[in-house]
Amino acid sequence: MTSDNQVLLRMDKINKSFPGVQALKDVDFEVRRGEIHALVGENGAGKTTLMRVLSGAAPPDSGSIYWNGEPVSIPDPAAAQALGISMIYQELTLIPYLDLGQNIYLGREPAAKAPNFIDWQRLYRMAQEQLARVGLEVDPRTLVAELPIAQRQMVEVAKALSLDASLLVMDEPTSALTEHEVETLFERMRELKAQGVSIVFISHRLEEVFRIADRVTVLRDGQLVGSAPISDLTEDDVVRMMVGRELKSYHAKEVAPIGDEVLRVEDLSRGDVVRGVSFSLRKGEILGVAGLVGAGRTELSETIFGVHPATGGRILIDGRPVEIHSPAQAIELGMGFVPEDRKAQGLFLRLSVAFNIVTVALKSLTTLGLIRPNAARNLARTFVERLAIRTPSLEQRVRNLSGGNQQKVVIARWLTLEPKILILDEPTRGIDVGAKAEIYALMSDLAKRGVGILMISSELPEVLGVSDRILVMREGRIVAEINDPRGATQDDIMRAAAGGANGGGSAIQA
Amino acid sequence: MSTVSAALGSLRRMDWRSFFQKYGLVISFLLLCGALTALSDRFLTVSNITNILRQSTINGIISVGMTVVILTRGIDLSVGSVLALSAVVMADALKAGWATGPAVALGLALGGLMGLISGLLITQLRVPPFIATLGMMTFARGAALTYTQGRPITGLGDEFRFLGTGFIGPVPMPIVLAAIVFGLGYVILNHTRFGRYVYGLGANEEAARLSGIPVKAYVSVVYAIAGALSALAGVILIARLNSAQPVAGKGFEFDAIAAVVVGGTSFEGGEGTLWGTLLGVLIIAVLNNGLNLLNVPSFYQQVVKGAVIALALLIHRAIR
Ligand SMILES: Nc1ncnc2c1ncn2[C@@H]1O[C@H](COP(=O)(O)OP(=O)(O)OP(=O)(O)O)[C@@H](O)[C@H]1O
Ligand SMILES: [Mg+2]
Repeated sequence: MTSDNQVLLRMDKINKSFPGVQALKDVDFEVRRGEIHALVGENGAGKTTLMRVLSGAAPPDSGSIYWNGEPVSIPDPAAAQALGISMIYQELTLIPYLDLGQNIYLGREPAAKAPNFIDWQRLYRMAQEQLARVGLEVDPRTLVAELPIAQRQMVEVAKALSLDASLLVMDEPTSALTEHEVETLFERMRELKAQGVSIVFISHRLEEVFRIADRVTVLRDGQLVGSAPISDLTEDDVVRMMVGRELKSYHAKEVAPIGDEVLRVEDLSRGDVVRGVSFSLRKGEILGVAGLVGAGRTELSETIFGVHPATGGRILIDGRPVEIHSPAQAIELGMGFVPEDRKAQGLFLRLSVAFNIVTVALKSLTTLGLIRPNAARNLARTFVERLAIRTPSLEQRVRNLSGGNQQKVVIARWLTLEPKILILDEPTRGIDVGAKAEIYALMSDLAKRGVGILMISSELPEVLGVSDRILVMREGRIVAEINDPRGATQDDIMRAAAGGANGGGSAIQA
Repeated sequence: MSTVSAALGSLRRMDWRSFFQKYGLVISFLLLCGALTALSDRFLTVSNITNILRQSTINGIISVGMTVVILTRGIDLSVGSVLALSAVVMADALKAGWATGPAVALGLALGGLMGLISGLLITQLRVPPFIATLGMMTFARGAALTYTQGRPITGLGDEFRFLGTGFIGPVPMPIVLAAIVFGLGYVILNHTRFGRYVYGLGANEEAARLSGIPVKAYVSVVYAIAGALSALAGVILIARLNSAQPVAGKGFEFDAIAAVVVGGTSFEGGEGTLWGTLLGVLIIAVLNNGLNLLNVPSFYQQVVKGAVIALALLIHRAIR
């Protein structure tokens, strides 16, 4: 191993286990000064755990850590901060009912002249500057709860930047961001790198890794597979290292016969976030919805699913007008909905994997008012196997699964119902390439069986690769429809989404 | 080498942890009983044990309702007052010549209604559970006092009194009733959709709503159940005393909350079991009984009980 002063951090033979899982096995990890170091691996490979060891959130069972060549122990997050390690967690950690300024400076509020008082003016002024650095033009007195998830992520970044760390760990910072914000984030990262700050960057989007990282370390099943300069590798190399086998092209929806119209939305409105949206979805079709954050995509899907009341327009299922005032009614009509924020809206984190999967299917598993326990377990087991969800047992709390496996659990829940219409809001957020391929295959399979799928996604290659047809939204309206995604490019979508639809290619009908 | 020992070390740690998570409460309970057996030869006798069980039935029945409420992330402060109101109304009906069955049904319905009102305040008007049930606590107590003009209603008839003082075989009637409540509660919480969804909506209300669970209706029903169970506890209380006091049940909410919390149910919702609550109820009852047997002055008894509850919470935190 190099012991020159290039090396800022060295982790040596780190082991960490949880009940039923050895999350890290003898992992070595090294970060040099002023480099952007990508850490990649499948869901559950141990990336987050390794970083939690580093940040003192999960002390290792064994192994040593060297900082600037000196052995250190990091028993708690305060120790990590004292060394200059700052971490952006995969699961957002902002406090919803405090405002942005208070969140950014939580625990280190600037002192006023009188002791023990906070200099609020200075706090908000500094917060404003930090927010501006990440391109957020919002009042620092806004409550976190009022922000959409992408902006929260940027607040999280602002907070981490304000810490003056010499090592910044970013665990999937981009999974909730659209292209535009990703670019802003990358600019900041390059700036920090120029100042000599080292960054560990975790992402499942390899294209990003190749765009920003200098070196990459790959983990698989809790073990180190290898570490190399990015220039020595191709995307295929990295994928092979991650999954341990060749992976064929992972988008490619199989052609499914497209059938009759299953869902029709006419002139649907909700306040000024969804304005007069009309479209139709057919059996076996995957309809992609693209747009910038804040374009109203999530609001549209939530309105269709009855989460929020519509203020105008109507919805038809199988040609018949329907009233949907609640998710329960939507489910009754054969809809399923995978929400954008799995932790806040999707999962029962402290409950078991089994319960999380069978939630909506319980009705059909009940005889004379009593749930048939074996039927419920079998159903859960079937879906754990079918979606290859990695969990030591059905009784494991969902909280303890890795992010990608959590997402699979939410998807599994709806598949138990065999819905007619499935709405997926960012279905592959935070999901590894292998699992993504599985989810695409799953969607493709569902489509083949006649399910109509409405898929909102901020990942343009995904929208282009998976959809049969694409809607682009901007400011609550549909501004473009792309009937032939194979013939369209990311630029076509971006232009429409950002407001220059006229320049789009022939595939676009504005 | 080092990894092997590390793995073994962690394995041992984990096993102890999950062992204590599962059996910590039983062990504490057995230790407590063991200590009292050693300290007093009157503790481990059939009559004393029957006595403890009988005394714990009222708190036990209320605690079942309280468990369900706390599982939904709520709290019910009104259980004692609701008990009193339904007790005096029941007693009055009995005095007016009602038969036992209809009078009890009236009491349970009234308790259920009071609970339902709290539930509707919470779900429809979005009043926080603490405030809504605090209001109900005051209201129901006031109603009970007004209804009786502050006077107890006594002389309830032998048929009714059977519910508090009778036996089925060797088993006192209150214990039979409490066992039925626990049994039914267990089945409902673990084996029905309603029960599983109570856990679900307690763990994440938004996710529950998006999964089509009728959150508002369920939460309202949960408070109605808690109210009806309070009324049932009231039946046992007045049947035993042969008298319904408008001030009955004061402070019962604290005993119930204490039992539920000692039993490991989390205020954060979605986590807890009736087994735990049963043990919590028994631990508190044994503690009360033991402190009496040992002639601990009643002021100190409070201090000891408080300390035990705090300790239980700390242990629960530590092993989680
Ligand atoms: N607190 C915990 N208790 C039990 N198991 C855990 C816990 N935290 C993590 N694990 C397990 O450890 C393994 C590694 O998880 P980790 O979160 O580090 O994966 P990851 O590489 O970050 O995955 P993802 O890309 O999905 O975020 C997984 O099998 C996970 O289920
Ligand atoms: Mg992770």
